[in-house]
Amino acid sequence: MQRYIINRLLQGVVLLVIVATIVFAVGRLTGNPVDLILPEEASEQERQDMIETLGLDGPIHEQFFVFVANAVQGDLGVSIRYRQPATDVFFSRLPNTLMLLPAAMVLAVLMAIPLGIVSALRRGGATDRISGTIAVLGIATPNFWLGILLIYIFSVQLGWLPSSRMGDWTHYVLPTVTLGTFLVAGFMRLIRSSMLEILDSEFVKLARIKGLGELRVIWKHCLRNALIPVLTLWGVFMGGLVTGAIVTETVFAWPGIGRLTYEAVLFRDFPLLQAVIIMDAVLILLINLVVDILYAYVDPRIRYT
Amino acid sequence: MRKLPWASILIIGSMVLAALFAPWLTPYSPIEQSLPEKLLPPFWEAKGSTKYLLGTDIFGRDMLTRLLHGAQVSLIVTALSLLVGGGVGLMIGIISGYIGGRVDSILMRMVDAAFTFPAILFALLLAVTMGQGLGTLVVAISLLLWAGFARVIRGEVLALKERDFIALAKVHGCSEVRIMVTHILPNVMNTFMVLLTLNVGIVIVAEASLSFLGAGIPPPTPSWGLMVAEGRGKITSAWWLSLIPGIAITLVVLAFNLFGDWLRDRLDPKLRQL
Repeated sequence: MQRYIINRLLQGVVLLVIVATIVFAVGRLTGNPVDLILPEEASEQERQDMIETLGLDGPIHEQFFVFVANAVQGDLGVSIRYRQPATDVFFSRLPNTLMLLPAAMVLAVLMAIPLGIVSALRRGGATDRISGTIAVLGIATPNFWLGILLIYIFSVQLGWLPSSRMGDWTHYVLPTVTLGTFLVAGFMRLIRSSMLEILDSEFVKLARIKGLGELRVIWKHCLRNALIPVLTLWGVFMGGLVTGAIVTETVFAWPGIGRLTYEAVLFRDFPLLQAVIIMDAVLILLINLVVDILYAYVDPRIRYT
Repeated sequence: MRKLPWASILIIGSMVLAALFAPWLTPYSPIEQSLPEKLLPPFWEAKGSTKYLLGTDIFGRDMLTRLLHGAQVSLIVTALSLLVGGGVGLMIGIISGYIGGRVDSILMRMVDAAFTFPAILFALLLAVTMGQGLGTLVVAISLLLWAGFARVIRGEVLALKERDFIALAKVHGCSEVRIMVTHILPNVMNTFMVLLTLNVGIVIVAEASLSFLGAGIPPPTPSWGLMVAEGRGKITSAWWLSLIPGIAITLVVLAFNLFGDWLRDRLDPKLRQL
């Protein structure tokens, strides 16, 4: 188990280096990185200082070294818009996103697992058909538009729920549903298809022949196996979740890192965007590590491969 | 065999026709502003008129005209991105699967990395540094696509290269490149076509999302995602600005996804797991 975790950690570090290299390279691609890093009205003196601190008059590999050394110490530049260290801005917004993401995941799990199981057990039945339709629609509807549609229905027309910013629990409803929908759709389809496969397997037949209760067969023998593909494809969901968080937080003016990413693009704030990307990578790696450990726990075969 | 998905074909067909003939289908310009006629609702609303069937936007431009021209933008971006991203993925998949060994493990590590890190962030980074435009958008969306193609195609090639006709080609003295191009490539074309269709929906949503975030085709060129973004602030007074282009996106993506499912079942049922 320890070796497995260390292995995963090492892979994560490699990925982090790749991400940092790409960010670094894209930053230099346009010619003069100083133009990207400093605000337009910066003085000649400030420009010279920046060239000095980043070692921009040195060869490219030395520049990269400076970049990595700074990054490791948490120095990813100063945000042009906020005039604060970009990492500070990132950390001030992080808690707000960390409130939204778990809410969406809990919603997805609470809806997808029961619906996926019932759809598989009563294949072709009403639940199966309705949840199948929801899944197909949920995958086709772009997140940002779903958010606006929900605002139109529940805030503008019905006046039931607030349309933006943070606040009491009512503020969580629409963003959570918006962000969770695509997860629900994806999870549900996966759980349904793997449940169908497992229900047909020898060990489930044996469990039934042994006379185990249906609930026990499903809970003990099926569900755990049905969850494996969800964890295997976690990376794909993670990508969707990041995209989803950016557009959802933008639509609902949610002051998290998704909205911050949008602001960085809107204001062409390169240092901020660079910090967001690298910090996102760290965050994703940590989450993936937890998922990997969970994966090994759910499916003991993984550890030996 | 499942019957042809007529509804999907109808929607996709109309979109393609709209994209091809947009300039001749409406008398209005998608870009020219007409401020006195701004924010008119669609014809079925009280203040709407049949002059502008789907109403006008904040600059008095005809919504229907912009939707039709937006179809053009969507399809051009989709076609180019699939060509570039899918093409690169196809090539890497074939090379990785056929050559195997160290090349394979390096390329597959890259694929894993691409799956772990959300491509949208690089897309936004490119938009900020290189500026918005068709080229940036196509590169950005290709980054999102190639890994998925590479992984599936590699799997196909791994099975293919054990077949007798490949061994025969080798005995015959074919070069590696020749085997890959003339013997492997035609045999993964079915899978490639299915992957292309299944990815159209993803590309359209990605294009719309990037445009929505201000990292797509720059205004005033009409793009469905951009239209949704422009109308967002007016959702309380002019719902049609955001909701109508969104319906267009959802319908088209739905149509392509259902068509892709049908094509997969028809050409390549073993891809069902995707």
